[in-house]
Amino acid sequence: MSQNNGSSTSLRLKTGLAEMLKGGVIMDVTNAEQATIAEKAGAVAVMALERVPAQIRAEGGVARMASPKKIREIMAAVSIPVMAKCRIGHFAEAQILQELGVDYIDESEVLTPADEAHHVDKHAFKVPFVCGARNLGEALRRIAEGACMIRTKGEAGTGDVVHAVKHIRQIVQEMKILTVLSEEELYAKAKEHQAPYELVRIVAKAGKLPVPNFSAGGIATPADASLVMQLGAEAVFVGSGIFMKDSTTFADPQEAEKRARAIVKAATHYNDPKVLLEVSEDLAGAMKGLAVAGLDEAHMLQTRGW
Amino acid sequence: MKIGVLALQGDFDAHRRRLEELGADVVLVKKAEQLDEIEGLVIPGGESGTFLKLLGEAGFEKLKQFVHAKPTFGTCAGAILLAAEVENPKQAGLGALDIRIRRNAYGRQIDSSIREGRFLAEKPGDSRIEMVFIRAPKIERVGPGVEVIATEGSDPVAVRQGRVMAATFHPELSDDTRVHQAFLDLCGADTPVRRL
Repeated sequence: MSQNNGSSTSLRLKTGLAEMLKGGVIMDVTNAEQATIAEKAGAVAVMALERVPAQIRAEGGVARMASPKKIREIMAAVSIPVMAKCRIGHFAEAQILQELGVDYIDESEVLTPADEAHHVDKHAFKVPFVCGARNLGEALRRIAEGACMIRTKGEAGTGDVVHAVKHIRQIVQEMKILTVLSEEELYAKAKEHQAPYELVRIVAKAGKLPVPNFSAGGIATPADASLVMQLGAEAVFVGSGIFMKDSTTFADPQEAEKRARAIVKAATHYNDPKVLLEVSEDLAGAMKGLAVAGLDEAHMLQTRGW
Repeated sequence: MKIGVLALQGDFDAHRRRLEELGADVVLVKKAEQLDEIEGLVIPGGESGTFLKLLGEAGFEKLKQFVHAKPTFGTCAGAILLAAEVENPKQAGLGALDIRIRRNAYGRQIDSSIREGRFLAEKPGDSRIEMVFIRAPKIERVGPGVEVIATEGSDPVAVRQGRVMAATFHPELSDDTRVHQAFLDLCGADTPVRRL
């Protein structure tokens, strides 16, 4: 593997890019046309995918890293950062993505995991990683492995925001608790969270994660974006919600662009109901979606990751 | 002194923390009318194209008037916004600095780096300074009225014209406070062009 890039310089550059994305919207795209629409609408980055999560969910099969050709096509189409997903634990896919020159890798539960025990050693890479988390322990385990941005997992591809909300609330609440505990209680908490004590202590002192904390998984409307940001997310990922009409058909491009613009404005003015009303009023509707409450555990993506 | 930080998107919070540390009274600016309340403005790093979309035409015009009248400091995307000419791709600039700037000129994130450069606006003494470049732009042309205030190798990486300053790197991500201090000094200066 490449030289050790776990130095503080490397970490600062990796979290530095995440700092630049704050307050913005990162959009899932499957081709150059969608990437261009996303950029025109004001996305701060795009996630280059073969299929969006809603399609992966509907079609089934093994979901892998997107083809490099497709990612390259998207990289050529836009001037904003391009992210791509690798399977959990699949460091060879990550090596390929780094070689390709993507700006961020998402080691994602949306793809079929490649390792049932280990995640990628992200310190070994020069390219920064984002990882999903449902709770503080999971977030800190990913940070210990070198993730430079955390996003809530939510339940990808559903257009149902309920678990993005559950996860951001969980993480924020668990952090709040740490801030009022005494030194010796933190050791026990580290055990409970199955997370390194040093990271638990950092969170207890700062009251927040040492890396940017974004939200993903089911965000489909401007109001959803506002909701997770009011709950403490620093930026949002919107997957299937912009370009999909339902799980299998794409939305009309003009409609997609309108939704994209509206969510971008909502992320900036998340605490201004006047702007939120204005941007919501303009929209014809959102993706049909799939209620998470009706999903059985076996069909959930969020349980992937260890 | 009330200093605004444009907070549409990007690392505005890093600038806010730094300015507050230096004693400024900071306002996060999300709406054009807030520009009327402030003495100086920082345009942070982020995505310059996103800033333009979020400003809209009216916001862009209002911001243009502001940067031509009051002290402004842009880093990275902020420097791109302040330039007269923008390349890769071409996009609108506020024209407060007579420079040509090229977006993503070093390459992609993998080419981001922390280097040592020189900050020339400092009084005699140590001019070496840490510079954090993240998907940074490069200044390709410096107009006659523009002073280069920092260099990295032979490249100009920070410039000043009148009371407008810009850096292609991110002083808000380093511990060194000199660049922000220079901007606050500029906000306090009463002459449009101050010799440093």
